[in-house]
Amino acid sequence: MRALLAIAAALLLWEGFVRLTGLPPYLLPSPLAVGRALWVHRAELAPAAMLTAWETLLGLGLGAAFGIVTAAAMATVPRLGRALSPALVVSQAIPVFALAPILTLWLGFGMAPKIAMVVLIVFVPVAQALYDGLMAPPAAQMDVARTMGAGRWAELRHLRFPAALPRLASGLRLGAIYAPVGAVIGEWVGGARGLGALMIQANGRMKTDLMFAALIVVVALSLTIYTTINRALGRMLRKRGF
Amino acid sequence: MRSDAAPRVAGAAPGLFAALDLTLEPGRLTCLLGASGVGKSTLLRLLAGLPTGVEFQGTVATLPCALMGQDGGLFPWLTVAQNIGLGARLRREAADPARIARMVEAVGLDGLEDRLPAQLSGGQRQRAALARTLAEDRPLVLLDEPFSALDARLRLQIGDMAARLLQGTTVLMVTHDPAEAARLGDRILVMTPGGLAEHPAPPGPVPRRHDAPEVLAAQAALTDRLLA
Repeated sequence: MRALLAIAAALLLWEGFVRLTGLPPYLLPSPLAVGRALWVHRAELAPAAMLTAWETLLGLGLGAAFGIVTAAAMATVPRLGRALSPALVVSQAIPVFALAPILTLWLGFGMAPKIAMVVLIVFVPVAQALYDGLMAPPAAQMDVARTMGAGRWAELRHLRFPAALPRLASGLRLGAIYAPVGAVIGEWVGGARGLGALMIQANGRMKTDLMFAALIVVVALSLTIYTTINRALGRMLRKRGF
Repeated sequence: MRSDAAPRVAGAAPGLFAALDLTLEPGRLTCLLGASGVGKSTLLRLLAGLPTGVEFQGTVATLPCALMGQDGGLFPWLTVAQNIGLGARLRREAADPARIARMVEAVGLDGLEDRLPAQLSGGQRQRAALARTLAEDRPLVLLDEPFSALDARLRLQIGDMAARLLQGTTVLMVTHDPAEAARLGDRILVMTPGGLAEHPAPPGPVPRRHDAPEVLAAQAALTDRLLA
């Protein structure tokens, strides 16, 4: 409710600012103009949004799976964990967005480079969060498991992994926030379809109202994906007694 | 389970405690009392074969054991029944539902088998942890301040329950509560940086009444010793 009020207030300010200053619409369109563009261009926006959503969800799923498998492998084989752990930190310092052009060069102009972009963005926080969780099991439970004679695999499966679920959930939440951005950047750099491509084209044609309309669709898409995943994770954790 | 082997820790941990010799009496409950940080839990962890974080010079002779700590160490994502059957699960043995049901009944958690730990009260959680410790059926039971997070009434009730259910088992119970040691210890040891000292336990089988004159006298004497 409070959020809705804040949005309404911001829109009012924006509309008032545009009217008072008389800025031309190609510099800053009014919210009403953006709303109109949303409706007028719905036939372009809807399929673009569908494509971006698909790229985001596929990338998110693949990136999460890849991250989980990597973290599990690192925790199971300590040598691998010690070797890869610094690499994970370093990889976070790479501006993944700068890789978009090279991904396009390697993978073409279809969906693949966009999905790869999302995978790269989602993989690191998921792997890092789960690995940290797997390596820091709760001490009291660890003592109990050891005195009970748990082997390494049983320890991983019955204690380390379930205890790391809240951290994995944090990693997945982070991934879910960044994933749509990855897809949009991918489309921006190399592609004719999707919301990112639509934004670039609208910008080039000075159709700033359409650019803003696409931006709003991106935000709505991101929020929908994030809240859905956040709720599902919350339910999963509550069911497991966290 | 009865056993005639006597678990023993003999040696020193430089910087923590000087040379000492702890031999547990088979089939009896030994209370180890002492100030925080004196190394009680380290001794217990040595007997459990767990990492202690200190350098210990000496010998440890121990038996297969079951461990229960202050926060119970229940697995939050497992139900009461699953927690009690945890040992079997971790060792990939077949679960024994009848045995789990007996343990649930022994600690009075009937009807709560399918609850998660978060859905239990503090006392119920410690009883579940006690049931899990009993279910392991090991010749040695190690209790590390198992009831110190409970209020006075629950501490009394669950402490008595534990002493009754563990009768005949070799038990080491670390505590910082003189009243608990006086009620529950077949044998009472006081640990100081200088070493271990035997304190005469009040007469009679454990659990003793909390208000018996000898128990109160022992409690006062132990408190004096800890203050000294």
